[in-house]
Amino acid sequence: MNDKILLCGNEAIAEAAVQAGCLFYYGYPITPQNEISAYMSKRMPEVNGVFIQSESEIAAINMTFGTSTTGKRTMTSSSSPGISLKMEGVSYMASCELPVVVINVMRVGPGLGNITPSQSDYFQATKGGGHGDYHVIVLAPASVQECADLTQTAFELADKYRIPVFLLLDGIQGQMREPVLIGKPNNINSYDKTWCLTGAENREPNVVKSLYLNDNESEAHQEKLQNKYKLITSNEQRAELYKTESAQILIIAYGTPSRICKPVVDKYRKKGIKIGLFRPVSLWPFPKDELKKLDLSVEEYLVVEWSAGQMIEDVKLTVGSRKPVNFLGVLGGRPMTVKEVEDKVETIIAKHGVHI
Amino acid sequence: MTTYTLPDEIRKIRSHYCPGCGHGILHRLVAELVNELDITEKVIAIAPVGCAVIAYDYWKFDVSEAAHGRAPAVATGIKRSLPDKVVFTYQGDGDLLAIGLSEIVHAANRGEKISVFFVNNNVYGMTGGQMAPTTLSGQKTLTTPYGRNETEIGPPIDILKILQDFKNVVYLARGTVTSPKEINKTKEYMRKSLQIQMDNKGFSLIEILSPCPTYWGMTAINALKHINETVVKNYPLGIIKDE
Ligand code: SF4
Repeated sequence: MNDKILLCGNEAIAEAAVQAGCLFYYGYPITPQNEISAYMSKRMPEVNGVFIQSESEIAAINMTFGTSTTGKRTMTSSSSPGISLKMEGVSYMASCELPVVVINVMRVGPGLGNITPSQSDYFQATKGGGHGDYHVIVLAPASVQECADLTQTAFELADKYRIPVFLLLDGIQGQMREPVLIGKPNNINSYDKTWCLTGAENREPNVVKSLYLNDNESEAHQEKLQNKYKLITSNEQRAELYKTESAQILIIAYGTPSRICKPVVDKYRKKGIKIGLFRPVSLWPFPKDELKKLDLSVEEYLVVEWSAGQMIEDVKLTVGSRKPVNFLGVLGGRPMTVKEVEDKVETIIAKHGVHI
Repeated sequence: MTTYTLPDEIRKIRSHYCPGCGHGILHRLVAELVNELDITEKVIAIAPVGCAVIAYDYWKFDVSEAAHGRAPAVATGIKRSLPDKVVFTYQGDGDLLAIGLSEIVHAANRGEKISVFFVNNNVYGMTGGQMAPTTLSGQKTLTTPYGRNETEIGPPIDILKILQDFKNVVYLARGTVTSPKEINKTKEYMRKSLQIQMDNKGFSLIEILSPCPTYWGMTAINALKHINETVVKNYPLGIIKDE
């Protein structure tokens, strides 16, 4: 596709996945991500792919497990309560080192919460979510274009590291329409697939498993996973730096809230205030190296999230406690306003007088 | 005279199963069938969570693990991705009928072209002998110390009865391993199940009544007698559906 088309974030994700060679989609209905399965149910027959509306979230993730063992690209999608159900499968896939892309279009939690947008699954996504010592890569788009681009990045990283990759977005991005150009990656088949289950033809049998009953083997397996996470942490940190040059006030926000913060940065930069926005694109690994580099000029941080404060913990772990880390959070799925961010910025400026 | 040799598809390692357990026989039957049907290079098996969790240590062909009860969903993902391969799940009664009931019912209803070998021994073996959905009424287990009480827990569940009216289910049979004759019958049911899959006809499931002497508190011989005298009354042997 060479032309921009108007799609919502959910549809952009679905088409980007198809273009990235994902021909196996399994999913269960839940708001606000239903456009993905609707799109896939129509699209998969056109490309000789497979669409199954599974009987449960658990079945969906395990169908991706099966497809992933065969070396084919596969995806499932859901929203917060459904993602909780998938976590058993994600833990198994992390340990079995199976590539998969999982989309979480976040809504308010805990429990059924609300169907409106939220960012309250940051902990679940970045700190594991299921049982065991593991991580998944977590990417957070902030536009429909990025929904498409990061979906394709997600497939690449999943294959490269043999790891589940999450796309973490909120209901607004899922539903919002923007013009988008969907690319077609050309390195789809360039990954090692000798470990896959394809029938043991002219080779020794392969086994996909996460169970190691021998203590030494078990320890070696866990260490192998941890070494992979270290490698990913040093290779795959991603962030957008917006007007961060000598920023004294640094706003940190991802996803839709980052877009609400940008006009605030523009407004105060015009007034001569040295303010910038640091937008993590990879939430795991958290882009701490770039953030640390900005620390030199910063006097106060402001973390803006649609949650009670989750990413702020990673910010504090990165920047320490020498400078104030302020917080602005909105709960319950109410949209955040530009004015609320401005008011918070004003209080920080007021503390410093004309100094900033 | 027939000479029985071990097929190449089974590894010659020491068994971890208890003496008198049915899993050893069934692992061997599977390996023999893979050999005889000449599908060693195109078979992909899914091992369960339960006593047979490390089935892949015995079988010499491609095998995947599955989370507890999820084997039919994993099999669905594999078979849909590689329709020309032969895919089967090997599952116990806790796996298939308790935690994985949803997965097996829906895979059957979709008519996934997979074979399911369902080992029913009326008890959870690996975790120490708890009640299973198939535990007989009155049967004592670790968690039914006074015997299974039908009014509180309900009677044992029969998966073949549940599945027999499903349109896309083409073959259902129940065998056992209590004698060479029954073992051969069971093997033929399993062969037919794999053949149905290779002919692309639909879903099939073979249930096998198998002894667990350890958690039945019986000798190996008495466990076989128990199947023949008592278990078959709850779970009748034979072909239940053949379309
Ligand atoms: S506990 Fe029962 S099913 Fe498990 S290996 Fe022993 S006899 Fe077999």
